[in-house]
Parts: sequence; structure tokens; C-alpha cells
Amino acid sequence: MARDPGFYDYLPYDRRPVIRWPGGARVAFWVAPNIEFYELNPPRNPARAPWPRPAPDVQNYSYRDYGNRVGFWRMLETMRRCHMRGSVSLNVAVCEHHPEVIAACAENGWEFYSHGTYNTRYLMGMTEAQERAVIQDSIDTIRRHTGQKLDGWLAPALTYTERTLDLVAEMGLTYVCDLFHDDQPGPVKVSRGRLVSLPYSLEMNDTIVYNVNLVSPRRYADILKRQFDRLYAEGEASGTVMCIPLHPYLIGQPYRLAAFEEALAYITGHDRVWLATGREIAAWFAEHHFDAFAAASIPVGEAP
Amino acid sequence: MSQPLPDDYLDYPLRRHGMDHDRYDWSMLPKRPPVRWPGRARIALWVVPALEWFPLDMKGQPFKPPGAMQTAYPDLRHYTLRDYGNRVGIHRVMRALERHGVPATVAVNAAVAVRYPTLLEACVQRGWEVIGHGLDMDHLHHGGLDPERERGWIAQSLEILTRATGARPRGWLSPAKSESFATPDLLAGAGIEYVCDWVNDDMPYPMRTTHGPLVAMPHPIDIDDATILVANHHTEDDFRDALIDQFDLLYREASEDDGRVMAVSLHPWVIGQPYRIGALEQALDHIVRHRGVWAATGGAILDAWRACQAQA
Repeated sequence: MARDPGFYDYLPYDRRPVIRWPGGARVAFWVAPNIEFYELNPPRNPARAPWPRPAPDVQNYSYRDYGNRVGFWRMLETMRRCHMRGSVSLNVAVCEHHPEVIAACAENGWEFYSHGTYNTRYLMGMTEAQERAVIQDSIDTIRRHTGQKLDGWLAPALTYTERTLDLVAEMGLTYVCDLFHDDQPGPVKVSRGRLVSLPYSLEMNDTIVYNVNLVSPRRYADILKRQFDRLYAEGEASGTVMCIPLHPYLIGQPYRLAAFEEALAYITGHDRVWLATGREIAAWFAEHHFDAFAAASIPVGEAP
Repeated sequence: MSQPLPDDYLDYPLRRHGMDHDRYDWSMLPKRPPVRWPGRARIALWVVPALEWFPLDMKGQPFKPPGAMQTAYPDLRHYTLRDYGNRVGIHRVMRALERHGVPATVAVNAAVAVRYPTLLEACVQRGWEVIGHGLDMDHLHHGGLDPERERGWIAQSLEILTRATGARPRGWLSPAKSESFATPDLLAGAGIEYVCDWVNDDMPYPMRTTHGPLVAMPHPIDIDDATILVANHHTEDDFRDALIDQFDLLYREASEDDGRVMAVSLHPWVIGQPYRIGALEQALDHIVRHRGVWAATGGAILDAWRACQAQA
């Protein structure tokens, strides 16, 4: 085991190259709905139990299922009203289980990136061959069902091996959402390929907000607006990124939607905000800023 | 390092269209035939208080249900605070609902019916529907439970409630919403028509059992006083706002030709505290002053929903 993941050098916020987003935008804003499938009775991974209660965990399984049956459709309409495309963090098995959901996303010009196969199949303990098979499954399934090339990665249920990021870069993906060290994109040091770390945010993620921090819907709207206001102000000097990661089973609850829509309309109503997808932000950064960021980074010292 | 995973960890035998089980079919709420409520109401308001008994010596197996004893035995503080709901809190809930013309569907641990028969009489007198809620909060239905034992618990619970109310319960809420793989089969076999454990929908939907059809009713964990006030530590005003925001969105989404259910889960030991009951009353003020609100019991909602399915 390593003491440092080794994926990035040190690049302090006040000593880095300036980012200029297209059209002079201050904030590159993206919304990442996690479209997920949690299995009722998955095979056991010794590193993590799939559910807090013994199988069948009816309460928690059915809570997640609400997202696809009900919540997604409300979230979709909310985002349409705000002219916001989604970048779907996709458990790719949803392509088989619920192709109707995939079609609705595709009709609205949404991007699909991989969040593994199921949210109940974890990467911990996988051999390299097994992990490559999971990534290849994502590449093939997204291509087959949507015609899109897979560019982005957020590990299923945020589970990893030490080689996960190296493998996704080597297999042709261009960005990852798994690193939470920054409010701007940055280079990821991988063995092969050119990989961008795209700010995703657990702080803005409705799972953390609702299931961990237990905030109220109106308070979540306030959090989103405060986050945006500061990133918008700072983005005048150098472009920032704001992501709202969503889960339809949470944000699609009736009592949460109006407050969320108010915040989303507030953000998307600003002039100098680039309403983007993950792929678009990563590609822009890779083309215009990646090399300068890599060159400016300072290798970290060896901890005692 | 952990053991490498077996290669069959990447086998997905249930990766197919629809669900990964046969209990119910995949169905998208906006793609369903419309449901027309009596009087063409937009909202069927369904209020479900639970009358619970947490034994002082509870084992909390296979997990501690919400509201369980917390301290070393004897945990008088939690035992008595839960029992507060059955003595005091429920009467504040009764008054609040009566004032707004709202009937309740009350989920009753069989132990409560035996211990406090006058409480059951008070529910029946008010025209409330009584549904099964297991033996008590220390008899959790779960995957490790022997099916014959579970069948016995269900039968005993229903017999006790039938004796106490004079009517066979039509609905069931498992303690802590915990089921075994067989629970819906056993419930249907015991004559139960609707189950309240699943939180994947805002409307009733059909389930498949070994004993014929069973309907899942949309009993919530979010719109629940214990979730918002106890687990989330939100204020009474937050709870009121959650009920109002829930109602407003469902009301907008619904129409006279396609209604929705607004379900409210209550625990009298939580909402029945003097400083909290006003939040429920204020939310009910907001809800019942709208046209097209049909305050109904679970059985009445089930009947109306079934009639629409038969036409569709």
C-alpha cells in the first residue's frame, strides 16, 4: 500500500496558469445525474456489504429503484426547463434493464460516462484482467446502446484498486471524476495516456448532502447558490468548474424538486456560465491548459 | 491484500430488461394509464400513524429498528418515550386529523392491541382503518427468518387485530419495513391485499406472489416525522415545509384525470410532542384548503386504484 496515491503533483491555487473557458465564461457548469442500478441480492465482495440490512434489504433497494421509476422523469423535466444537459454517471447495466431511461437521456443530448456495471459490484479485490473486463464492458455497452465513445469514469460506488486510473487512461478514456482535490481540472499522472481530473464534488452531491449531512431541501438550494456565487466570482480571474452530482432517487422526491429547480435556474440564468458536459470541459482543458498545468506542477517532497 | 474475487463475480445472470427479480415489473410512473380518484380529486391524502411497542428487553436482531432501545438494560428513557406516543401523542394526532377531516390508516403492532385495547377502540370509533404492523418492534421479518415462523407471526398479528377491531386487516406494514424474500407471498396467503414496505413509487403498483396479486402502496420513509425530525434533526418548520413542498409538487403534477397519492408516515411519540404537533396542523391547513384533495384510508385508495386498473 502507498502513502500517497501519486496521481498529481502540487499546484497551489494562487500559482497556476490561467484558465479561459469558451465565450469568456467564468464557470464551466455541469450536472452529473448518477443513473444507477443496485441489485437486490448481488454476489458478495468481502471488502464491502452491498446493503446495510441483511438480504433482502427491501427498504434500501426500493429507495434506489424509486430513482428510475419515478425520480428520473421529474429530474429530466426540471433540467429541460433550465436548458441543462446531463452528463450521466451510468451503471452501464441500466442500458439493459431500463433502455427507456437511456433513450430519454439520449434524446436530450446528454453525455454518458461510466460508473461501472452495477452500483453493487465493487472493484476492490479485482485482478487486472477482471478490472479491464469491467472497463471494456462499459466502453462496449455505452457504444452499443448510445453510439457514444466512452470518455469519462467515476468508479462504481467509489471503489477502486491501485490501478483503476491507469487502466481507464490506457483504455482510451479521457477524464475521471474520482479525485476531489481541486475546483479546477488538472492532469492525472498515469502510466499511459492523457487523463484529466474533472472536479465532480462530493460537497454538492445530493447523496452526501441528503444521506450523510442530512440537510433539508431548501438548505441544499442555499448551499448550491453559495457555492456557485463564489466560483463565479473567482472565475473572473481564472475559470472554475462547478458540478452538481445528482441521484434521481434523492433529488426526484417531490418535496426536494422545487428548491432544486430554483437553485438550478439561478445558476443557469447567469451570463458568464458555460453550460457544459463533462466531456466538453475535459476536452477544452486537455487542448488548452493541460500542458501548462503539468509544467507548472511542483513535485511533492517525500514525507518522513 | 484481500483475496482475489472469483471470476463469477463478473457474471450477471439477471442483466436483462426490467428488474433483477420477479416480484414486480419495471414500470415508469409517467408512462402509465391515468388513475382517476373519486370526485376527480387530484390528491389522495393518506396519513399513516404507526402504533408501536418497543419491549424493554428487545434484542434488536438482526438489526436495531429505528426507535430501538439504546442504553444498557433497563433503558427506561427510550422505553417510556416510545410509550408516550401511545398514551399522549396519539391523542394530539387524533385531534389534529379530526379538525381537518382526515381519516387515518393506523399501522398497529399486535402487542399494542393486546396491551391497550381502549386505544384500538378509539381508532375504530373514528373510522380509522387498522392495518397489520407485526407483533412488536422486536419481531423483525428478515431473510434469515424461518418461513414457517414468519407465517405464524403474520397469522398471530392478524388474528389479534381482527379480534380487537372486528375486521380483518387489508393492509400490512412490516416493522422497520423489513421483509424476508417470502414476506409478500406469506402476506398474500394470509389475505392481505396491500403492503406498505416498498418505497420505490408514488402510486400503488401490482406485485406478484405465490398466492395471487398483492398491491404495493407508496408508504414513504422521506415524508416521515421520525426521518425528518429525529434522524435528520430538522426543525418543526422544516417538517411542515417538507409536507407542503411535497404536496405542492404532487398537486401540480396531478390533474383531475390523473391523480397522485400523498402519503404521510407518522409516529405519535415523535409528532405528538407539544412543540411539534403544530407543524402537522399547519401543513394540513395548507393541504385541505385546496380543491381536489381526497383524504382517504389505504383500503379506499386501493379500491379506487383497482377500479381504474380494471378499466385501463
